[in-house]
Amino acid sequence: MAEIRAAFFIECEDLLEELQDGLQAMDDGLADTETINTVFRAVHSIKGGAGAFGLDALVGFAHRFETALDEVRAGRMEATGEVVSVFVSGSDILADLVQGSREGVAVPDSRIAPVTAALDTLIAPPADGSDATDDTTQIDFQPMALSLDLDLDTTAPAATPPHGWDIGFRPETSLFEAGNEPLYLFRALSELGPLTVSCDDAGVPPLDALVPEEACLGWRASLTTPESAAAIEDIFEFVDGLCQLDIRPSERHSPGATDHPDTPAPPQPTPAVSPPQLPASAPPGSARSASPDLAGERPAEPAPVTPVSTVRVDLERIDRLVNLVGELVINQAMLSQSIDAAGVAPNSPVRAGLEEFLQLTRDIQDSVMMIRAQPVKSLFQRMGRILREAAADIGKEVRLHTEGENTEVDKTVIERLADPLTHMIRNAIDHGLEDPQTRAALGKPHVGHVFLRASHRSGRIVIEIGDDGAGIDRERIRDKAIDRGLIAADSTLADSEIDNLLFLPGFSTADQISRLSGRGVGMDVVRSAIQALGGRISISSRPGAGTTFSISLPLTLAVLDGMVVKVASETIVVPLGAIHETLALAEDDLRRLGPTTHVVNVRDQFVPLLDLGAELGFRAPLGAYAGQVLLLIGQEDGSSAAVVVDAIEDQRQVVIKGLADNYGRVPGIAAATILGDGQIALILDPADLISQARGHTRAPAAAPAASSLHPAAGLQP
Amino acid sequence: MTETPPQTTAKPDAPGVELLSFLIGDQYFCLDIMSVREIRGGTRATPLPHAPAYMRGVINLRGVVLPVMDLARRLDLDTAADTGRKVIIVVARGERSLGLLVDAVSDILTVPEAALQAPPELPADAGRSFISSLAIVDGRMIRVLDLGAVLPPTGEVAA
Repeated sequence: MAEIRAAFFIECEDLLEELQDGLQAMDDGLADTETINTVFRAVHSIKGGAGAFGLDALVGFAHRFETALDEVRAGRMEATGEVVSVFVSGSDILADLVQGSREGVAVPDSRIAPVTAALDTLIAPPADGSDATDDTTQIDFQPMALSLDLDLDTTAPAATPPHGWDIGFRPETSLFEAGNEPLYLFRALSELGPLTVSCDDAGVPPLDALVPEEACLGWRASLTTPESAAAIEDIFEFVDGLCQLDIRPSERHSPGATDHPDTPAPPQPTPAVSPPQLPASAPPGSARSASPDLAGERPAEPAPVTPVSTVRVDLERIDRLVNLVGELVINQAMLSQSIDAAGVAPNSPVRAGLEEFLQLTRDIQDSVMMIRAQPVKSLFQRMGRILREAAADIGKEVRLHTEGENTEVDKTVIERLADPLTHMIRNAIDHGLEDPQTRAALGKPHVGHVFLRASHRSGRIVIEIGDDGAGIDRERIRDKAIDRGLIAADSTLADSEIDNLLFLPGFSTADQISRLSGRGVGMDVVRSAIQALGGRISISSRPGAGTTFSISLPLTLAVLDGMVVKVASETIVVPLGAIHETLALAEDDLRRLGPTTHVVNVRDQFVPLLDLGAELGFRAPLGAYAGQVLLLIGQEDGSSAAVVVDAIEDQRQVVIKGLADNYGRVPGIAAATILGDGQIALILDPADLISQARGHTRAPAAAPAASSLHPAAGLQP
Repeated sequence: MTETPPQTTAKPDAPGVELLSFLIGDQYFCLDIMSVREIRGGTRATPLPHAPAYMRGVINLRGVVLPVMDLARRLDLDTAADTGRKVIIVVARGERSLGLLVDAVSDILTVPEAALQAPPELPADAGRSFISSLAIVDGRMIRVLDLGAVLPPTGEVAA
């Protein structure tokens, strides 16, 4: 039972995602009938599952939500912006309730009540007719709302006389593929009243032409029931789109309450093979508006795309696989090293085999990483909710624009991005966007915009969070930093340097602590969370036009393409993505700059020279660098630095092993890896190294310590 | 090259604390055996940049990156010349594991709780704070190491 329950909640997540997608489409005005059906089905499925587990609060809310959605589905209510926004908050509450049920925590009524009330208003518009629906439609469709309720109360009031229905039902192959069974549908129908079913086998081909996996049978049923068409449609809800369905009042008798179910099968009207010809014949009086609407939609529906089949796997199993592949990569490195050591001839079969093995390892690794990758969509949807809540809290109107939702990122990254992104979204709304009055005064649209974009860029994932607000008030930041003694009062800082002050611990520009932000958890926490993922964060801001934060993250947390270099007899791995080019340093290109610094002339551009050995504290600066190997390392912000190493050894994939678990973060170092000889090599974090070497992003007090040589230099045995 | 300690002084029938004793220079120290995971021969460690001087670096322990601390340096003690015969005691505390580089492992001792005495206050001796108690076994003074105090605090490492 617990397993089924767990499966239900996992399914709920998918359904909620579908629901939000649909609502987003409705909000953007892109909704068609199918979208509304999808939204409706998602809520309906959650309700159904929740009922099976006795989750009453969830069922109750889902039912109300579903009823409200049905108003739109049946065309009785227009999905105006207001209506959709009620639905959106409905989906938020539904998500809360699902979460609450999963964890056994009750969702406070105070949260649910306003949304429930709003939904109720949609279901039964107030008498004064203030609702969007106009009067005539209300009158027209009022009966429908009643009949829906009936089917939920299960007992049919005696008032409605039973009438006959002819039901044509022809399953598509996909119906069976989805695991449905027509028998159960008929059984459910027979519960509504006396039922006669006849099978139509006219579509069955001769035996030698028969494709056993294709559906070729159809059924005609005649039912006598006091229930409405909607009740019958409900039974077919779950095969909607998987069959051709044709429900119409029986023409033989309208007062046919006395029809005996066991009289010979009702006359087979024109072999029921031609099902979707109904709209024309729908009698105006008795047919419910819903049925022609929906049925009319059906023929136009494209043949359902066979869904890609998927398997749910425990994350733990995948992680084990990832670890094993990591070991495989190390093992392969060791193997190549020992083959090298054995002095095997370059053309020998062993070499060729190894080459192939290398390729396979890489393929396996890529495939395994793909398993872990997930689109960022779920994360963005969560942010959508954060944004709505934050905007409502603070009374600003904000719209979220997302791009690149299908960009795939490692699952762990997605999970660990949620907190930093939440914080940044709140910041954007609270600090980034101006209040509506200011916006109006500046001639900006009063609705603020927040952007979330994800994309792949040169082997990394870039996620951008932007707003169209006021931009960073650099004067104020500077003053604040001077106030707090973070920078000297007379220091001159470039714009980007001022922006980076935001990342200093405890830096908050909010003059008052608002409900949303300004409680001391600042951008420094965001930055360390991003750094822990091997990522970097940068700001760009234009006064009056807004601020954009970009987060750049590695594609995977497990493996890295690196260049293996030697410096001060230590082996260091430099991420290949960061290296723009490698070159030998000519004496002519080296220029002295300050008393202790050099720059290198690379194609008439001066680039600061960094000695990796000295930066890491492995040796004192060499002083003379002519003839050394240079790695030209580029940074996100377009700047670059030339890093001196002693030799380049190899270029290979390395498995990332965290240092932080047992030790902690090491400045300038991203992680460690195990080389072919079993030794550990450190993986460089070029951006961190460069920023620390320049003294950027460090408080002046701490800066000298960062750049001084550490006594660790003398440690080698 | 794990050294098998001679079992001479073990008294298995007496209730008490089991301690692993080891040598740094000519001084005997010991650790609660429950915190010891394994003992392995000293290997070359990859030095960590910007690390305190007592951090020897990191080694590969079956695929895990294990930081190794030079206990002699941590305790400010003279140590035997590096002959390559040093031993790494792998200890675990909570989620963290750490290797302690010592000169030699000597013994497993069972010491009755009553025989452990608190070290006397000697403010001048900075190393004292690493010792949680003292005991006399076979006429030798054994210093029981306070593992919590010896391990580098994570905050210091991140600085």
